[in-house]
Amino acid sequence: MSTPHSQGLSAVLRHCVLLITGALILIPFVWMVSLSIKPPGEIFRASFSFWPQQFYGIENYTRALTEAPLPQYMLNGVFVCTMIVVLQIAVCAPAAYALAKLDFPGKNLLFAMVLIALILPHEVLSLPLFILGYQIGILNTYAALIFPYVVSPFGIFLFRQFFKTIPDDVIHAARLDGLSELSIVWKIMVPMALPAIIAFGIFSVVSHWNSLFWPLIAVRDQSLMPPPLGIMAFKNEEAGNDYGPLMAASTLVVAPLIIAFLSAQRWFVEGLTGGAVK
Amino acid sequence: MSAITIEKIEKSFCATPVLREVSLSIADGEFLTLLGPSGCGKSTLLRILAGLEVQTGGSVSIGDRVVDGVRPKRRDVAMVFQSYALYPHMTVAQNMALPLRMRRLSSWQRLPLLGRFMPGTNAVVEEIDKVVMRTAKALGIGHLLARKPGQLSGGQRQRVAVGRAMVREPAVFLMDEPLSNLDAKLRVQMRAEIKELHHRLGVTFVYVTHDQSEAMTMSDRVAVMLDGELLQVAQPQEIYDDPDDRRVAEFIGSPKINMLDARLREGGLADTAGTSFSIAGNIGPGTALTLGIRPEAFHLVDAGGRNVLTGAVRLVEHMGSDLYVHLDVPGTDHPVVARLLAERAPQIATGQTLHLGVKPERLLLFSADGKRLRHDHHRNATVLRIKERVQ
Repeated sequence: MSTPHSQGLSAVLRHCVLLITGALILIPFVWMVSLSIKPPGEIFRASFSFWPQQFYGIENYTRALTEAPLPQYMLNGVFVCTMIVVLQIAVCAPAAYALAKLDFPGKNLLFAMVLIALILPHEVLSLPLFILGYQIGILNTYAALIFPYVVSPFGIFLFRQFFKTIPDDVIHAARLDGLSELSIVWKIMVPMALPAIIAFGIFSVVSHWNSLFWPLIAVRDQSLMPPPLGIMAFKNEEAGNDYGPLMAASTLVVAPLIIAFLSAQRWFVEGLTGGAVK
Repeated sequence: MSAITIEKIEKSFCATPVLREVSLSIADGEFLTLLGPSGCGKSTLLRILAGLEVQTGGSVSIGDRVVDGVRPKRRDVAMVFQSYALYPHMTVAQNMALPLRMRRLSSWQRLPLLGRFMPGTNAVVEEIDKVVMRTAKALGIGHLLARKPGQLSGGQRQRVAVGRAMVREPAVFLMDEPLSNLDAKLRVQMRAEIKELHHRLGVTFVYVTHDQSEAMTMSDRVAVMLDGELLQVAQPQEIYDDPDDRRVAEFIGSPKINMLDARLREGGLADTAGTSFSIAGNIGPGTALTLGIRPEAFHLVDAGGRNVLTGAVRLVEHMGSDLYVHLDVPGTDHPVVARLLAERAPQIATGQTLHLGVKPERLLLFSADGKRLRHDHHRNATVLRIKERVQ
């Protein structure tokens, strides 16, 4: 294993594996972008090329933006995701602070329950949540899209781990300086845990922007639909088998996430590893 | 006004007692040091004073007010932490201004953007800025106000931490080992600066440290703590010269005090290490004693005899002004350490036999359970006497 030759071999092998897995993930996206700029005739041609013989992008993207209320879906997505992430932080940060830094009876039990909630897949809860939403009469509103996600066990867990690494002395100093427990959370803990907050925010926005399952159950009104659900409706009603505009719409939906991730990549990585190694 | 009275404070963590009935009075404007090894409960006591921890039993008063159950911010105390505990996301100016903002601005006025438009905010903020600027200049950190703690050196951070405590003009300063993260040279300098600060402010200081040189040089009085108990509270010199307890004598002083186990026989003589020391007073023969001899209590003599220890030189440490001579004395477990004048150095070589005399009045006597035995001149008797603690 230690000879340079075998080391070179293992490096080649390693890169092969990385290339293949990377390709498996990337090729559908590349294909999507490629299809979104092709005319209908070229889409089902047996030979594959990235660039179309006839550039059809403008037509596809125009149809995607005009034939279905795609901007409306995107706005819905922005609103719902913003509300979710803001409310999640508003709920998770104080909860995580209490679990990390305060002493009260039943703390460990509560934390164990958070961990259990972390294991449960969200789909398991969709029927009870649907009935609950029906009972309080919020189905088919923005509230129905937002309320199941407001309490995030993952957020509580992530913030707690990060808050644990902040020394107690800082909290003691803040108490002596006259801060209340809630202002300690917002003025000291959250700013100090900013990398974790940003990483969590990205996680939350990505998963809820892409979420299809719950919106499918919760809303019927097209004016409330988030992007993935909207695309599905678009496919059924408008496009039929017209894949060009459909892929253009998909590209438009995915683009904001990719841009956001690339610009916040540094915090994202720092936030996820920050809590792991003290 | 800001005298502190601590009455029978007890504290346990999960049935483990950390403080046992600690009682202590601190006068207004006094500089009192809580001195003890790590884990003796001194920091816990300080945190109880600050209100950051709740005692299991007992009571604390600051000024004339019983403060049990009073929140830290209402106690009028400020604290400097060992880790400085600065807020890393705020500038030095923001760090120092925070305690004042919390006190002088209403919660509406503190709102991030709107606060500025609330009536009266600007005047208060300007006033706070002035106080922060003045304090920072007094501490020599006026040029650092725009920096964040991460960009400062250890000494500068320390000053910011002191500044944050100072701006509030608290009645009591609590300091929890504020110098232990600094390098040796800076520590000596900051020691003098804190002492000077105490003179200038004239308020009560309670200072926690495990470093005896800090305790001895800075304090009006030192309270020696061990295993959650207060062993002795006295002026630094008295703690050194006249310890109440064997543990205090052993903790204070460097090099450490020499402890020799002895047994008393007829004629007021205590036998130990191949020699005997004359003990005045009327302790019964057969009593087991411990003789404490400070290293500097020895002087060189020519020959062995009563009140003289004889042994072979094991090691000579040259300290510049002094000479630490380690002596193997037959009948003792540890080498005896003597502190001699450096000019004796040419006369002393390793392996050589040395005779060290001790004047009887410089012997510190301890009973078998570690309590101090003092000589009572009025009755010509050595009695076990624990001094009344100054309450």
